[in-house]
Amino acid sequence: MIEVRDLHKTFGDVRAVNGVSFTARDGEITGLLGPNGAGKTTTLRMLYTLMAPDSGQVLVDGVDASVDPTAVRRQLGVLPDARGLYKRLTAAENIDYFGQLHGVPAGLLRERREALIDALDMRDIAGRRTEGFSQGQRVKTAIARAMVHDPRNVLLDEPTNGLDVMATRAMRHFMHRLKAEGRCVLFSSHIMQEVAALCDRIVVIAHGRVVADETPDALLAQTGETTLEDAFVKIIGTDEGLAA
Amino acid sequence: MNAFTTVYWKEVRENLRDRRTLINALITGPLLGPVMFIMLMNIMINQQLSKSDRPLSVPVIGADLAPNLVGALRSAGIDAAPALADAETAVREQRADVVVRISPAYAKAWSEGQAVQVELIYDSSRRDASTPVARVRNAVESYGKREGAMRLIARGMSPTTAWPVQVAERDQATSQSRSALMFSFLPYFFVLTVFLGGMYLAIDLTAGERERQSLEPLFVNPVSRWKILAGKLGAICSFSVVSLLLSVAAFATAPWFIPTDKLGIALDLGFRFGAQVVLLMLPLILLLAALQSLVSAFAKSYREAQTYLSILMIVPVLPSALLSVIPVRAEPWMYAVPLLGQNLGIVQLLRGDGVPGWQMGLCLAGGFAAAILAVWATAWMYRSERLAISG
Repeated sequence: MIEVRDLHKTFGDVRAVNGVSFTARDGEITGLLGPNGAGKTTTLRMLYTLMAPDSGQVLVDGVDASVDPTAVRRQLGVLPDARGLYKRLTAAENIDYFGQLHGVPAGLLRERREALIDALDMRDIAGRRTEGFSQGQRVKTAIARAMVHDPRNVLLDEPTNGLDVMATRAMRHFMHRLKAEGRCVLFSSHIMQEVAALCDRIVVIAHGRVVADETPDALLAQTGETTLEDAFVKIIGTDEGLAA
Repeated sequence: MNAFTTVYWKEVRENLRDRRTLINALITGPLLGPVMFIMLMNIMINQQLSKSDRPLSVPVIGADLAPNLVGALRSAGIDAAPALADAETAVREQRADVVVRISPAYAKAWSEGQAVQVELIYDSSRRDASTPVARVRNAVESYGKREGAMRLIARGMSPTTAWPVQVAERDQATSQSRSALMFSFLPYFFVLTVFLGGMYLAIDLTAGERERQSLEPLFVNPVSRWKILAGKLGAICSFSVVSLLLSVAAFATAPWFIPTDKLGIALDLGFRFGAQVVLLMLPLILLLAALQSLVSAFAKSYREAQTYLSILMIVPVLPSALLSVIPVRAEPWMYAVPLLGQNLGIVQLLRGDGVPGWQMGLCLAGGFAAAILAVWATAWMYRSERLAISG
């Protein structure tokens, strides 16, 4: 479970995140929806302790990120905005590297790696060096290496960005699977269709603030609109930066 | 495996697969120095030999006025070439190294027992001409002395009357210290090797990771950043150590390719020399690895880091260049200055003087102190939030 309380972060004069609070529960998929530049990536970066918030608190399974960032990172599987792979290593070696950094014992690591390679349907690319991988192959590898330590909480920053239809479908399928395994899944997106199709709970962020935190049905009821798209536009006040 | 060894082995393995890094660490870096060294030495030695042994041909103006002098020159291996019309211009235009001009009054003054003038026309700013000039001067002067002595004896006087003071030269240079003068640029080659050996790794492991956007995912792992940095520094140091060892080994073979015996100098670049060089260079390996990583951490891209590092590469030249232009007496504190200390130490080893324990200690202490400072600064840089953000 991930609890976020009143996060603030400024870069110079820019208030990137200005009082964000929400909770992402185990066994649910929580969507962080907002237009480009709303503060989604900065919020996630504070969750996985890459950045320290100016004020506010992040709790992952009850552990305070500012007190023990290493313990928090151990309980998180993260697909950051940056998906750089090591191009002179094979996909499997990329996965192993992160598993070793997490201190996963060799036998268990091999088991998990093989399971993930099957689950993400990447058997054909596992032994290849990642140089020249397609966007979809890169994302699959990046997700596999983020999941290799079997984290309870999963953070995905725009996981379907740049993926084609087939890869997007596979990604959704994988996220449902994570949810079925009882994990806490938090992902960010600016694509409404995707959020609507996946989420148990939607946190809408605009201008660094949470403007709505509801189930999809409640969101419709609250705004009095019939489609989610109209509901979002009404909440955010503009349709700028959103994709259907 | 702990985090340090994980990062270390991953970086070593990944970079062993990179042709550019390998060529730099295993071929260009280690061999550039020895190859340039051997080439330069051969050119220098051949130039000197050709000028000191071979018969010289020197234009002599007025040769027919002084057949005895010309004969004396010939016996010193200097042949009289036909006279030139304008000796001064010929020397200035480098058509002749040196021209001898015998004054028209020579024959008359000689027969009257008076002093006669022989002019040497040369250009002292032309270094390659200095050997022929010295040879001609010596030949003329010793001929003069010989004739003077004959005249004194003919008058019943001892030749020592005219030369009450005699200079006896006692050169204390050993054959090794003579060679060290020529080898003063050798330390720079070792520094350059260490620099080139680790450079591509240092760029790749910080600026490269950042550019490829893999630094952010790496930092999301539950490992302290200083441990990641330690693993990376370890990998950089390993590559530069291998470079240095290869370079020292290549230098050990250099005497086979240089005709040192022709110059009467000794060149000992064997195992003892190599081992001491490696020991002297140890702190520099860590210092350069940290400095290169630090500089790369400031750069946003691989290319930018490369530009910064090529500027940084000039810094190690300074002590070598300075020492060869300004001959300073080594003061104790100089050994504690990184680069300068190594420079002095390696030149001493070349001269065959050896490096006493206290100098070696100062070298290592000063070098490692600077290295630790650089590592600390790099670790501090690694802690910054913006380092991981690629965009």
